[in-house]
Amino acid sequence: MIATIQAWFQQLYETTGFNFTVFYDPYDWDRYVAGLRMTLLLGISTILASLVIGAVGALLQSGPSRVLRALVNGFVVVFRNTPPLVQIFFFYFGLGTLLPDIRTADGLRAPILNNVQWAIISLSLFAGAFNVEIFRSGIEAVPRTTVEAAEALGYTRFKAYRYVVLPLALRVCLPALNNNLINLLKTTTLAYAIAVPETLYAVKQIWSESQNVLEMMLVLLATYAVLVGVLVWIMHRWERALRIPGYGR
Amino acid sequence: MKAADPRGGRPGALPVLLPFALPENRAAARLRPAHLWLLAGLALVAVPAWAQGGAAALSPLEVVIKWAPLLLTGFAFNVAISLMAMAIGTVAGIGLGLAMLAEGRVLPRLAWCATQVFRNVPWLVLLFFVMFLVPFQITVFGIRVPLPDWVKATFGFSLPVMANVAEIVRGAVRSVPNTQWEAAESLAFTRRQTMWRIILPQCAKRMLPPWMNVYSLIAMATVQASIVGVTEMLTLTAQVHAAEGGRPELFAPLYGFALLCFFLYCYPIDRFTAALERRFETR
Repeated sequence: MIATIQAWFQQLYETTGFNFTVFYDPYDWDRYVAGLRMTLLLGISTILASLVIGAVGALLQSGPSRVLRALVNGFVVVFRNTPPLVQIFFFYFGLGTLLPDIRTADGLRAPILNNVQWAIISLSLFAGAFNVEIFRSGIEAVPRTTVEAAEALGYTRFKAYRYVVLPLALRVCLPALNNNLINLLKTTTLAYAIAVPETLYAVKQIWSESQNVLEMMLVLLATYAVLVGVLVWIMHRWERALRIPGYGR
Repeated sequence: MKAADPRGGRPGALPVLLPFALPENRAAARLRPAHLWLLAGLALVAVPAWAQGGAAALSPLEVVIKWAPLLLTGFAFNVAISLMAMAIGTVAGIGLGLAMLAEGRVLPRLAWCATQVFRNVPWLVLLFFVMFLVPFQITVFGIRVPLPDWVKATFGFSLPVMANVAEIVRGAVRSVPNTQWEAAESLAFTRRQTMWRIILPQCAKRMLPPWMNVYSLIAMATVQASIVGVTEMLTLTAQVHAAEGGRPELFAPLYGFALLCFFLYCYPIDRFTAALERRFETR
């Protein structure tokens, strides 16, 4: 099976000149798959972390503490209005060099956080800032009487948020959340700039060694089209599974 | 008696027993005087730390001030790229959006496919696409027109703008009530006249806030041009850092300065967009 695919692409190259090295050269294929795996790691971890940041931020933003509210507001405003690429550079170069180094087992100096971890941190904060706003709009859509009913039943503020407000708010803000998470998946390409070996990075390496820019560009476009498509499909399934009976059609 | 906060959760004070109070509407995230105090506090802590840079090497603050004119030129270039990309993308996007709404079968399908592709592919990938696959010069009627890389980058940024604007146009036209179309038809307007004289003028108001959001996004995305080798603010920042001896403690202030520039540019746009949205809100 694999051998026939490889042979077919090899033959395609010999007959038409379309050089899809990834599909017949095992070395390029391994690099491509490693890049894809890194993109998935970045995508999944940042999506989960940004959801947590969004939920916690929205809880704090509606909380009684004035200082915490101001802090969350400042965080949201700053991260929404500055370029994600500059944020990544600021975190990786700016803060990364200020943190103390650690010694590895063989006595070498290594930074505490490597580029992959910094990319995950800064991308999560970036998307998390948007998620705070999205969750906030969802929480505002939850009728106040519902919260009061929960309080009358003896829920504490946190428990009411966790079991009553958040599940309802999540369903209200799912469409906006979908958009933001898809945007986040697309923004993971920026990790390329600090040499995180994700798909774009791997594909760039392949095309600069094999001189097949056009073919690899097509592979790249197809890869992201499929990745975004899969995420859209998952989110739509989730949206349907979470649907509140009696709302919408 | 002081009206207690019904959410206060004070033991014994059941929410149902409290007097009715209108729910306070929490405003969206924005800067308040409290943030100024926070920033002032940060500055008080940070500035003395910077000033200890020593006599031989300039302190980070002095470095930023010394190179600010150059960096601001770079920032102006970013703004110029974003404005041009927005202009091109808007014109193309309106065309694409109208094509999606056109009658017929083939044209709307094609326009829809183009919109989906350019919306769903990462902007950086589109930028790479344009930078690598568009030649560095083109020949029109025997005249060689050179295409410097910043022109190609502008073109690369206008592609996602085009797709997003097309979606905005389509959404706005769809949101106009059908009765408007029917009324225009009964007044013997042709389809084109209806579109340009009745529907689109009504849409302009609805399209303005999302259009400004797209502008804010593209203004922030222009720094990605540095990845493909266009000399703009981030490239200059890296060069300034190298020129100052590549000291690691300079990274944070220099990139912080870039963050500040973009923040001061994008935050007013964001507030203005929110104000417009509130104003145009149809209830």
